[in-house]
Amino acid sequence: MGGVLRRYGPVLTAAILLAVAAWLLLLVVLPQLLMVDFSFRPSLPPSKAGGPEDVYTLRNYATLWTNQIHLAIFLKTIWASSLVTAVTLAVCYPVAFYMAQVAPRRRLPLLVLMLVVPFWINELLRTFAWYIILAFNGPLNAILVGLGLYSEPQRLLGGDAGVIVGMVYVYILFMVFPIMNAMESLDRNQIEAARDLGAGWLRIHRRIVIPHAKPGIAVGCIMTFMLAAGSYAVPALLGGPQSRWFTEVIYNWFFEGGNWNQGAAYAFILLILCVAFILLMMRLFRVGLTDIAK
Amino acid sequence: MTAATFRRWATGAYLVLFFGYLFLPLGIMAAATFNSSRFPTVTPWMGFTLQWFGALWADQRMWQALGTSLLVGAGVIAVAVPLGLAAALLLDRLHSRARTFLYAVMVSPLLTPGVIVGISTLVFWREWFGVTGGLFLTILAQSSFIAAYAMLLFLARLQRFDQTLEEAALDLGATHGQVFRRITLPYLTPAILSASFLAFLQSFENYNTTLFVRGLDTTLTVYIASKVRTGLTPAVNALSLILIALTILGAVVYEILRRREARRQPDPA
Repeated sequence: MGGVLRRYGPVLTAAILLAVAAWLLLLVVLPQLLMVDFSFRPSLPPSKAGGPEDVYTLRNYATLWTNQIHLAIFLKTIWASSLVTAVTLAVCYPVAFYMAQVAPRRRLPLLVLMLVVPFWINELLRTFAWYIILAFNGPLNAILVGLGLYSEPQRLLGGDAGVIVGMVYVYILFMVFPIMNAMESLDRNQIEAARDLGAGWLRIHRRIVIPHAKPGIAVGCIMTFMLAAGSYAVPALLGGPQSRWFTEVIYNWFFEGGNWNQGAAYAFILLILCVAFILLMMRLFRVGLTDIAK
Repeated sequence: MTAATFRRWATGAYLVLFFGYLFLPLGIMAAATFNSSRFPTVTPWMGFTLQWFGALWADQRMWQALGTSLLVGAGVIAVAVPLGLAAALLLDRLHSRARTFLYAVMVSPLLTPGVIVGISTLVFWREWFGVTGGLFLTILAQSSFIAAYAMLLFLARLQRFDQTLEEAALDLGATHGQVFRRITLPYLTPAILSASFLAFLQSFENYNTTLFVRGLDTTLTVYIASKVRTGLTPAVNALSLILIALTILGAVVYEILRRREARRQPDPA
């Protein structure tokens, strides 16, 4: 702290500390804590707030356990997000490897730009693009019928499959960049050496490339899973009443059920899910928090 | 065919497929703008039209939503960029466990689902200050995580900063305020510009967080989503096409500037 004061002087230091405190306390930490506190209280009319009924309870959490529909949606959100993560990893790994290790240096700037540009485009618009593709009168149905695979158009929107396909498309770039960045620091000579010593490509990847890229793979998986599990736009556009996502259940508690305490409990459960996934990835890839939060 | 040629061929095919996968959906969406069909589609093709741009132009609620988005974006720049700057200046001078801890708290909003950022902001401000959803909360909720992006940008630039410049100025009798205004701030100007640009873009396209804190206000992204669900016409495609064109333009300019900057400032390593 002395270093800060010496460098910026008293006035500037005070301003800096005030701004950082305002940000972290008012916008990050206290809201999160209050949301958790809120989730353990019953939903009461304002007249009863602070009264004898305003006690801590686990009732809002028990709801998820007793409501079969919500529980099924929660479990689906977990496996579907895991599936989205696994598919994006499988699709991105070869691309990341090519960009980081194989691509000729002069071609790289253009390739990176081609990856960056879709990354910048609004998530909602990228989802909307798939709405057009999957529509009943859309091009995918036209192709399926044209090839003779189906005799009539299929309902592709409004189901889990459409949501998952859309999520893979929308979140794929959050997977490719971390892996690419991690692979870039691998010395190309190491791969050459392994090949000269007779290692096949499978062994090269298993023993050299993947161990080196582990932190990037972990970050990519964490980001993709978090975005998929927390997505509202994709299920809202591509899903339907039969394919509700956990975030949609949370939204309904707030704006249709009018039970904020219940919604806060569900939101906290979603947050715990994401933290659990981060811990799982850290264990699985044996990376520390400092590797991830770079 | 040797193994090497096969591998090169397979890699090329995979890349073509991958980039086709990235861009084709956007192309189809754009093409549907010009199809003279009441519902946005490319099959069947019913003839070329520009009528949906006219319909978009006449859409009053779209203009209102655009105004809201611009206002929120400006607010987020005004809040998130200074917060991110302050945080980076602080972190840059800390070397201890405190730095690791603060850093973790600062980037935590980036690892939190957007809906939770929105919900916690909504609950907190109503319970403690009686503020309900609207422009103000939208700006605050978005800033809470966009400030983290800004912080990362500033921190990256500060790491290449030659601190002896500041020390020399202080030794020569400059005040702390002068040093900050004349040396630190000018050095950070490119980062301030890119952080503002990024903050605006993040704010403009935000959906998940905004949905919970917007109250009765509608941003452009929220408006597009509502149009897709009720009242979808190719006018939505026209709007998407314009936004995508602007984004691509912005991204390309940003990349070019960033690369020029990177060339001018080679890493000390």
